[in-house]
Amino acid sequence: MWCQGFSEPGSGSDLASLRTRAERDGDDFVVNGQKVWSSFAHIAQHCILMVRTDASAPKHQGITYLLADMDAPGVEVRPLRPITGDPEFNEIFFSDVRVPAANVLGEVNGGWGVAMTTLMHERGTLGFALTARLEVAVKNLVALAKETRTNGRLASDDPVFRDRIARQWIELQELRFTNYRALTGLVKTGVPGPEGSIAKLHWSESNQRLTKLALEILGPRAPMEGAEGPWNGYWQYQQLRSRGNTIEAGTSEVLRNIISERVLGLPRSR
Amino acid sequence: MDFAFSEEQQMLRDAVASRAGDRLPEGKVAELATSDAGWDPGSLAEMAELGWVTLSWPEEAGGSGMGFLEETVVIEELGKALYPGPYLSSVALAAPALRRSPELLGRIAAGEGATLAWAEPEGPWTFEDLESVGTKAAQNGGGWTLTGVKDLVPDLGACSFAVVVARSPEGLGLWAVDVAGAGVEASVLPTVDATRRLGRLTLTDAPAQLVVAPDAAGDVLRGVRLRTLAALAIEAVGVASTAVDLARSYVSERKQFEKPIGAYQAVSHQVTDSYMAVELARSLAYWAAWCVDQHDPQAPVAVAAAKASAGEAAVFACERAIQVHGGIGFTWEHVLHRYYKRAQWIATFEGAGSHHREIVAQRLLDA
Repeated sequence: MWCQGFSEPGSGSDLASLRTRAERDGDDFVVNGQKVWSSFAHIAQHCILMVRTDASAPKHQGITYLLADMDAPGVEVRPLRPITGDPEFNEIFFSDVRVPAANVLGEVNGGWGVAMTTLMHERGTLGFALTARLEVAVKNLVALAKETRTNGRLASDDPVFRDRIARQWIELQELRFTNYRALTGLVKTGVPGPEGSIAKLHWSESNQRLTKLALEILGPRAPMEGAEGPWNGYWQYQQLRSRGNTIEAGTSEVLRNIISERVLGLPRSR
Repeated sequence: MDFAFSEEQQMLRDAVASRAGDRLPEGKVAELATSDAGWDPGSLAEMAELGWVTLSWPEEAGGSGMGFLEETVVIEELGKALYPGPYLSSVALAAPALRRSPELLGRIAAGEGATLAWAEPEGPWTFEDLESVGTKAAQNGGGWTLTGVKDLVPDLGACSFAVVVARSPEGLGLWAVDVAGAGVEASVLPTVDATRRLGRLTLTDAPAQLVVAPDAAGDVLRGVRLRTLAALAIEAVGVASTAVDLARSYVSERKQFEKPIGAYQAVSHQVTDSYMAVELARSLAYWAAWCVDQHDPQAPVAVAAAKASAGEAAVFACERAIQVHGGIGFTWEHVLHRYYKRAQWIATFEGAGSHHREIVAQRLLDA
């Protein structure tokens, strides 16, 4: 199993500013620094790790992509609890960790290009997985509305909730058919079309609206979680977890910059 | 389903875009919108001659035997150019009701405008309420006469005949009346969108031709409604994409505080949000058009979703475009308000977004 060592406490959206450094020593690189928001690091054997190998070069040109062994001496993993309370992410600390130079992926100081390929792949294939996840959420929302009494009737009979549930379903179809269009573009041209760039942005915001709507349907029972909560705390967890959706794998602000600059060709903001 | 347009469809799109660019240069839409007629009466005949009016008709009816998708390609491009004229009314509202009336179809094919008169001053305002139609059809010798008032008739002033939803003793049916005929008083109502004016048809024993008898009228009207809503969703996408393009070029050129305003994220992200809304709505509009073209059982819910999404996306995109244009976008001289008014026209036709979302809700929650 692999984990990802990209983000750092000081380098989130501006990933290229990362400071975890690797210095050449014989046949090895010696790594020192800290990574954060790494899923599965506590059980992974390997880590795809971005490190700075040339501090004097422009920031995008001094980064190297290493494949590190998580069992190596000097690697310490600490769980990082997100707002849901469930451990899901980790911090990874590297203290004089030796990584063989043979484990460089791509060229030394050429890691930025490799990372961008990884991220594009992550975003490019994400659309269909996101559609599947949102489809489950909409199905659950419909089930919740049909069984929850509110304002003296079922939520599914309340005109305000009906309108908002319909919106969620429509947003799901928007995501689904936008992915089909992106796929059509990919099949025809070999490169993902601009439609793909909006999938993650749309999904994350739609999922946040959906989970908040579920809590609104639950009404006074919404604060209860765990075994005391409706659906065993499912909705409380989903709603809190959804706040990460607009932050992980590119914040909505960064994705909007990408669309405005690379798709719409607007002037650069920085 | 395949979202790719065929080479033939792409050629049609380019041809419509190019012709629209020639016929509607900058300033022309405003000139037509403020004219008495509200459109260039030669324009529909020109499109008819190019075969664009009869694209989806079978070859035996003088058409090209293509499909609804080809019509929507024309509609999207005309929406981008904000074409003022009864193309959509003739091909989506009127023609599908005239499949058994070759003489009336022939008039449309020759470039005459036609529309559908279904609403009335006291309702119906949505197709679901058609049972409340009060206009009466009476048999008179060998023919029919109509009496009643039809309201909110799209493009009435630009059409030479209208298909009228009226009630006979056998039930609701469809009759055609000449706008200039005996017993017919047609007036154009003050309409916010001057490029698509609504009219009122006052009928007093007006001679009419039966085009769809009551036994078939329900099916025909359902088909007309699906086609029209899908067509309007596509048109909304066209309108909205021009709003995004106008915003995009303006914020790239306009400088304040020594920078193009598009470099400020508070501005660029508004354009991005419009672009997103339009592309998401476009996906639904194409899906809806495909469902209508293929007679897919999902068509009713697809067109409801697409009409709600695209109508609101077009309004949103125009509002964002006006905002990022600043003062100039709020002026009468700038073309944006004309796009905005068309977007609002589309967004409320046959009910606003909430009406069509309720149709989705019925599918989702009442099954």
